[in-house]
Amino acid sequence: MAREASNILEARNIRVENRGVVILDVASLLVREDEVLSIIGSNGAGKTTLLQRLAMLQKLRHGEIIYRGKRVGPDIPVTSYRRSVTMVFQETLLFDTTVFENVASGLHFRHASKKEIEKAVIDNLEIFGVSHLKNRSVRTLSGGEARRVSLARSFAVKPDIIFLDEPFAALDPPTHESIVTDLSHVLRRSGTTTIFATHDRSEALRLSDRICVMDRGKILQVGTPDEIMNRPADEFIAGFVGAETILPGVVTDANSGTISVDVGGRQVMAVSDTRAGQKVVLCIRPERVSVSIEPRPDTTSERNSFEGTVSEVTSLGLYYRVIIDCGFNLTAFITPGSLKRLAIERGRKVYPSFKATAVHVLKR
Amino acid sequence: MKRLCTFMIAALLLSFGMFLAPFADAAPADKNIILSTTTSTQDSGLLDVLIPIFEKKTGFFVKTIAVGSGQAMAMGQKGEADVLLVHSPDAEKKFVAGGYGINRRIVMHNDFVIVGPSADPAKIKGSKSTTDAFKKIAATGALFVSRGDNSGTHAKEKVIWKAAGTKYEGEKWYQQTGLGMGQTLNVATEKRAYTLTDRGTYLALKKRLDLPILVEGDAILLNVYHVIEVNPAKWPKVNAKGAKAFADFMVSPETQAIIKTFGVEKYGSPLFFPDAGKKEEDLGK
Amino acid sequence: MDLIYEGIKQAIILLITFDPEVMRITLLSLKVSGTATLISLFLGISTGTLVALTQFPGKKIVVSLINTGMGLPPVVVGLFVTIFLWRNGPLGFLGMLYTPAAIIIAQSVIATPIVMGITLASMQQLPKKLRLQILALGATPLQSVWVLIKEARLPLLAAVMAGFGGVISEIGASIMVGGNIKGYTRVLTTATVMETGKGNFEVAIALSIILLAMAYCINYILTHIQQRGRRF
Repeated sequence: MAREASNILEARNIRVENRGVVILDVASLLVREDEVLSIIGSNGAGKTTLLQRLAMLQKLRHGEIIYRGKRVGPDIPVTSYRRSVTMVFQETLLFDTTVFENVASGLHFRHASKKEIEKAVIDNLEIFGVSHLKNRSVRTLSGGEARRVSLARSFAVKPDIIFLDEPFAALDPPTHESIVTDLSHVLRRSGTTTIFATHDRSEALRLSDRICVMDRGKILQVGTPDEIMNRPADEFIAGFVGAETILPGVVTDANSGTISVDVGGRQVMAVSDTRAGQKVVLCIRPERVSVSIEPRPDTTSERNSFEGTVSEVTSLGLYYRVIIDCGFNLTAFITPGSLKRLAIERGRKVYPSFKATAVHVLKR
Repeated sequence: MKRLCTFMIAALLLSFGMFLAPFADAAPADKNIILSTTTSTQDSGLLDVLIPIFEKKTGFFVKTIAVGSGQAMAMGQKGEADVLLVHSPDAEKKFVAGGYGINRRIVMHNDFVIVGPSADPAKIKGSKSTTDAFKKIAATGALFVSRGDNSGTHAKEKVIWKAAGTKYEGEKWYQQTGLGMGQTLNVATEKRAYTLTDRGTYLALKKRLDLPILVEGDAILLNVYHVIEVNPAKWPKVNAKGAKAFADFMVSPETQAIIKTFGVEKYGSPLFFPDAGKKEEDLGK
Repeated sequence: MDLIYEGIKQAIILLITFDPEVMRITLLSLKVSGTATLISLFLGISTGTLVALTQFPGKKIVVSLINTGMGLPPVVVGLFVTIFLWRNGPLGFLGMLYTPAAIIIAQSVIATPIVMGITLASMQQLPKKLRLQILALGATPLQSVWVLIKEARLPLLAAVMAGFGGVISEIGASIMVGGNIKGYTRVLTTATVMETGKGNFEVAIALSIILLAMAYCINYILTHIQQRGRRF
């Protein structure tokens, strides 16, 4: 409750309907001053709809937005709220003029002086590393340059809150990487409150202080990256944040915090306070599964050890995803080096193992 | 959005008013006279000579609307013209009898002629009787183009067909252009067809045409122009003063003198014969 | 052939000697059609933008009406404007029939749907989120409309040209509401028809050359715009 005071933005009972279908239903969302809050979810989860409502770009029919303790609309005018925040869209949406004029546009709307504009534009072009493009027409920019200019344009108005809606979609990997790096530096340095919608969990992990998971117009969980990744609130979040192995089972034995779960006839050890007889879902992140070609000695700390056959090997670029059939399907990530060394291929007999603490238990 | 709407509508009205203001009539409405006349008078160029003189003399501004005699009278009938200068006697008499016009006065005449291809397939050249010539054209089925626009010329043509007692409407050799005299003459040249034309327009265009005069001088071919003032009792908005001034001007001795010599220099013979004060029945005798 | 040759020769003489009648007709045409185009720009761009940016019931009907209006036959417009402006018509008290103002009104009626339709189409071609982006940068509704119009400036310039091209070459309405009065409402097209009727082909050809030159200029500018308008 002590943190309540530092909430910069609060959304209450936001509901959006489209032809009678509810596409967004958010009872409450709190945004803290100076944090980077990511909103993740698959396409169509309602991220963009939520962001546009939070930024008051679309008419709000149900619910209210409270900015620094004041209701937007009744207490402070919408236009003045809009001038405190800004939004970067998935598309660059640059105006058909020069780079300079684009970055200056928000300040023109605010009737800033020529001197102020000049300074803000030059500073922000510098920050995003595109000062050399100042006098170019936006038509001549590459995708990455255009993205940097559009970010500079939004930061030039010195927003109190910045909304970023999938700003890195449709960029080639090297450009993507360099822009994410630059943006994360800018965010850390400026300390601007940021709400960042993305479907890419790795972006969310790198940039955010907290993550909010959405699906079908609803907020499922809000928490730190660690909470979301390792303690997802339900199967959907677990799947979305990358716990590739999701196993339903029943607790057969519970003893001082350690439980034994029956999964299709195999016993999996986990850490939880559930009781015997409880139906549960086990989530295991693939990077926490190790694979060996010989049985593990019992002395290992990895309490769960199985014998299985490789049923599928897929390259994901930097590593391989290996699915092992050991009575249930277990997914592991293996580097190309290990894959070669262990000669892992379809049909190979392997011994996967993981710690009891690597298993996240969800009650059903 | 609502405020934006109001703003735009206000801006629109303002701009509309601003743009149109310079085009509003400089002269007050009662200085304007709408003269409804026939294309043949306009095409002859006579009005281009007379009207500036009239305007200078009286201070009125004449808006000449050149249409067929039929439409000219229709405009008068609706009170949309102030004064008419037309050449369709039968329709004019009805117009005056109907109370639409007053002071119908004779101004001038010229005559109609039958022109056609030099080959003259219907052999009408030199015919003394216009009706005979029309009968021959119908009998041989040689192409005849009519203006078909209810003009004075068209009215005269119908009178002749009626007098000849020939069926012509809908016949294959009878075509209607729906155009003015000048253009109908062009069509006749191109199609090698016969047509009826007023002499004035014919003379003005003669150098471009390959249509010799084949029949002329018959009493029925007389083309008489009258000036009629639209009845202000029927249409109070009519500029009666202006109309009267124009009509008086047309029959004044000075104007009649100009009409007498108009075209002599250019075509070697006058295009119109001044008739002010004469009786229609006495013409051509 | 003789006629054509002679006509063109005479026409060129009329043009290079700045024949006062030809010049007067040309200037009046430019003035009348230019004013009509300006009026249609105000009406067309504002209404077109409004229709493009707002949602309301029956929008589809309005849009198809505008698109139909883009092909309004000038003679139909001429007829209705004449009926309205008749002395005894609903707007007869204005005494506007057979004045340049009447031609301007009729031509505005012809050009406005053209400008409106092109505005509508070009506004709808802009990315839907562009308006939100403009608002997100802190623009007031008026500022946002202005930026959108600036973004659509190239197709809007095309609207200007199409509107002007449509009315300068139009005859039906001009002759009906203007009356082809010498030195007052005689414009390029009505004069061309009349001079052809009178057999003054050299004048008619001279006027046609001016009209053609204007059409060429308009198309040249349009092509230029389209070339520049290609993005990326």
